[in-house]
Amino acid sequence: MTLPDQSTDASGFIPLGRARQVGELAAAQVAPQTAPKRARITAITSGKGGVGKTFVSANLAAALTQRGERVLVLDADLGLANLDVVLNLTPKITLHDVFTGKADLDDAVLPSPGGFSVLLAGSGMVEYSRLTPEVRNQLLAVVETLAPRFDRILLDTGAGISDVVLFAVSLADEVLIVTTPEPTSLTDAYATIKVLASQQQRRLIRLVVNQVNRSGDGRVIRGQLQLVVDKFVTPHLIDPATPLKLEFLGDVPTDPAVREAVLRRRLLLDVMPGTAAAIAMGVVADKLMA
Amino acid sequence: MSTLPHPDAPLQLNTALQLLQSAGRELPDGLSVGSPPWLQAVIDGLCELSSRDALTGLANRRQFELTLAREIDRVARAGEPALVLMADVDHFKKVNDTYGHLAGDQVLQAVAHTLLECVRPMDTVARFGGEEFAVILPNCPPAFGQTVAERIRRQVERKPVNVALGVDVSVTISLGGAFAPQWVRSSAALWVERADRQLYLAKTSGRNRACLEQPAISQVSAEEKGMLFGTSQFQDLFE
Repeated sequence: MTLPDQSTDASGFIPLGRARQVGELAAAQVAPQTAPKRARITAITSGKGGVGKTFVSANLAAALTQRGERVLVLDADLGLANLDVVLNLTPKITLHDVFTGKADLDDAVLPSPGGFSVLLAGSGMVEYSRLTPEVRNQLLAVVETLAPRFDRILLDTGAGISDVVLFAVSLADEVLIVTTPEPTSLTDAYATIKVLASQQQRRLIRLVVNQVNRSGDGRVIRGQLQLVVDKFVTPHLIDPATPLKLEFLGDVPTDPAVREAVLRRRLLLDVMPGTAAAIAMGVVADKLMA
Repeated sequence: MSTLPHPDAPLQLNTALQLLQSAGRELPDGLSVGSPPWLQAVIDGLCELSSRDALTGLANRRQFELTLAREIDRVARAGEPALVLMADVDHFKKVNDTYGHLAGDQVLQAVAHTLLECVRPMDTVARFGGEEFAVILPNCPPAFGQTVAERIRRQVERKPVNVALGVDVSVTISLGGAFAPQWVRSSAALWVERADRQLYLAKTSGRNRACLEQPAISQVSAEEKGMLFGTSQFQDLFE
């Protein structure tokens, strides 16, 4: 027999689709993944609210911008956005408008004081505080679209370990947890670390300790957290041979300047760059970029 | 079954047709040999053959991995809960040694049949290798995981396998299971390894049981808190 001449045949008629599907897996393992340059995505989260997560996000973005990175801060705290309050922005277009199709994503990305870009959630996002497949897909699409345009995206997530927070964190290449030395804050940070280690198989979590009395306290706290993690978390991981490591990025001293900057709704790095807290934020940025 | 009219037709196609024939897969009547619809039918038949395990008729390892890769995509995208169960026949070597390999094959076929009976049509039951089976359960809520694993275990235990006239062999299986991490692109290898770890636990804790990986727990025990705040060095920070 002779095989039919495929060039003269209706080419779509022999869809080798099913045959391809079988070969797909083998091919996927061989084909090199040449990923185009895209932003490094850093989730900033905390177990407990009110530890200065958004303060850290905004000022870290400013510090990274000063060091030459193109930074976007995405307000991933869908239910309770307050990045706009910290930055004194009154956005006309928010993520909510993008999700509802009222605005283009490009128009929702706004310039912020500090020289970076922000994408604010808007108060209408409260209805998204429960994670539905639609919200997931939309948030995923937003991050995928914006990633090639920046060097870094900071995801300012909500507090706690709700499904929205865990999803936002799951989009990130790396996680930064903000805590204070307060026992309740530390307990919640530790609970978050536990969940991220087991649910998302995170093996490196970065730590910023805010509101410390003395510089160096944060390092002690990281050490203590690491001991508890080594004893109670790592042994229960799928692969205990690869322990979960907590990396200390820096501590930010309790500083009256922080309160003043927040009250004036200005970036600390803009208005009081020489204060201890502002300098500490620079150290965190340096470590993050290293 | 069509036969090839041409004597010097490619040998591979001959082999393919023989394979289809021996597997009892008929090509539809009325297709002219060599025509595109005929070729399509041959390809379909080969695809079907290459995705099945010859002994049990279940999905084979290749098909399992393909389905698993798709499921990982879906879970990462939609965040639906999905479960993988690994099941292994207990003391299978003893069956082979006592009753012969043919009886062993019958046991594998019977277990395969029971597995299929216990799950939904949307689930994938596969022969993973030797006496090990794997089940992929898409959209399986965590609360149902243990129930379905236990149902499978009990059904197998309840049905002795008739391997010869008047000879019934009691068979049990051990199961291990793990849910895919939601919203995260896991790797197939890691997911199977987690389920396998639970299977190992089920085996070492006495066999004929189902162990599922426990979901992430966010509670912090008093012992953990004690260690977190207990040391004197740390206490200084709060003064």
